Amino acid sequence: MGRLRSLLIPGVDNKLLVRDAVKVMPDLARRRFIAGGASLGALTLLTGCDVSDSFSAEEMLKKVSKFNDGVQALIFNPNALAPTFAESAITRPFPFNAYYDLEDAPTIDGKEWKFEVRGLVDSKKSWTLEELYKLPQVKQITRHICVEGWSAIGSWTGTPLRDFLKLVGADTRARYCWFQCADAEGYNSPLDMATALHPQTQMTFKFADEILPRAYGFPMKIRVPTKLGFKNPKYVISMEVTNDYKGGYWEDQGYNSFSGS
Amino acid sequence: MSSLAASEGRAVSASTRVIQPAWVRTVHWINAVAMILMIMSGWQIYNASPLFGFLKFSKTVTLGDWLGGALLWHFAAMWLLMVNGLVYLALGLATGRFARKLLPITPSGVISDAKAALTGKLSHDDLSRYNYVQKLLYAGIILVGIVIVLSGLSIWKPVQLQWLTALFGGYDVARYVHFVCMAAIVAFLVVHVALAVLVPKSLRAMIIGR
Repeated sequence: MGRLRSLLIPGVDNKLLVRDAVKVMPDLARRRFIAGGASLGALTLLTGCDVSDSFSAEEMLKKVSKFNDGVQALIFNPNALAPTFAESAITRPFPFNAYYDLEDAPTIDGKEWKFEVRGLVDSKKSWTLEELYKLPQVKQITRHICVEGWSAIGSWTGTPLRDFLKLVGADTRARYCWFQCADAEGYNSPLDMATALHPQTQMTFKFADEILPRAYGFPMKIRVPTKLGFKNPKYVISMEVTNDYKGGYWEDQGYNSFSGS
Repeated sequence: MSSLAASEGRAVSASTRVIQPAWVRTVHWINAVAMILMIMSGWQIYNASPLFGFLKFSKTVTLGDWLGGALLWHFAAMWLLMVNGLVYLALGLATGRFARKLLPITPSGVISDAKAALTGKLSHDDLSRYNYVQKLLYAGIILVGIVIVLSGLSIWKPVQLQWLTALFGGYDVARYVHFVCMAAIVAFLVVHVALAVLVPKSLRAMIIGR
């Protein structure tokens, strides 16, 4: 019986180990999601990696997430369109979702607002809303999928981003379009160029045929039906075409950067 | 000298009485780790947008601390689960283990073995042969494992794999399918672990092979 018990213990210990690992996890405020592991200084020296880069579960998970970025970029089919729906399928009311309440959402004066275009583009001018409204627009009824798991179908109208990129003479061999927003904490998010050039990726000015309401990102949101919701920035104020990975509000906290659907 | 004789004797019996070959034990325990990671991180992900108002998972049984951390665990452990699962399916088919151990499954066999099990008359003398209830549950959980991976892929990639998502009845339905498969696996796990503890030699066979 003693021998049997000693054989049973490894199975029990595994579960306790995982539970203990959960217990020592730091809180959200510190924005670290997994407990650090043992530092293998000698190993990092031997392998020539950054000595300060200690081996930990967090580092390992970040590496796998980067690997998953690559896998998703490979899977991404630039010609595969997100399914579209009938008007009757639109979710009403369409949910408002952000890391703040609706009353704290940016209030933007459409007459004062300008969309700044920077980086690897021929024309670095800033665009007024009036100028942008004159560009040809298309409508899409697609499913918005939140990283939290819920989904809702919405109707978005605006200018395909790839048409705008052509218009401003963007270097479409660059790696990212990096968007910055007017949200209180300075929301931003990088969009890989392949997705930026996808036919359904849109500079959105209308929701359900009405001027984009404040809740959904007035005056402009970037609608990307091939990405999770947090990669669809609202209250956009600038775009930089760049080869540098500049990070993003949620991406920096651990959400997978590609987050393709 | 006696210890030498004893180890020789063990070596002989080991070669003749292997119940669980090394590859089965290896994939079994890798799968156990992957499943626990997937379930615990999956519960944390579920909490971000619960499917049922009455059900939220306690922090003490979830992994990842918050949604972002849980997603990192889930999308890392999925590789372990999928690669290990594919190795298991490939070897199970190639070695003939599935056909030998899990087939045939007859309704009359399942009913009589279920009755015997519930009245305490089911024999576990020969661990190398599964009774009909075991056959049904083990074959069933393999199918559930396949469906949970496919439904998971359809939730992860509802545009790139939209044919798969459509097969599950759309994105929102696929989430329920994924959840129900998880519930089936957890139910299986409860019974599986309870019976392994009740018949400890079966657990020993899954650790040392005999």
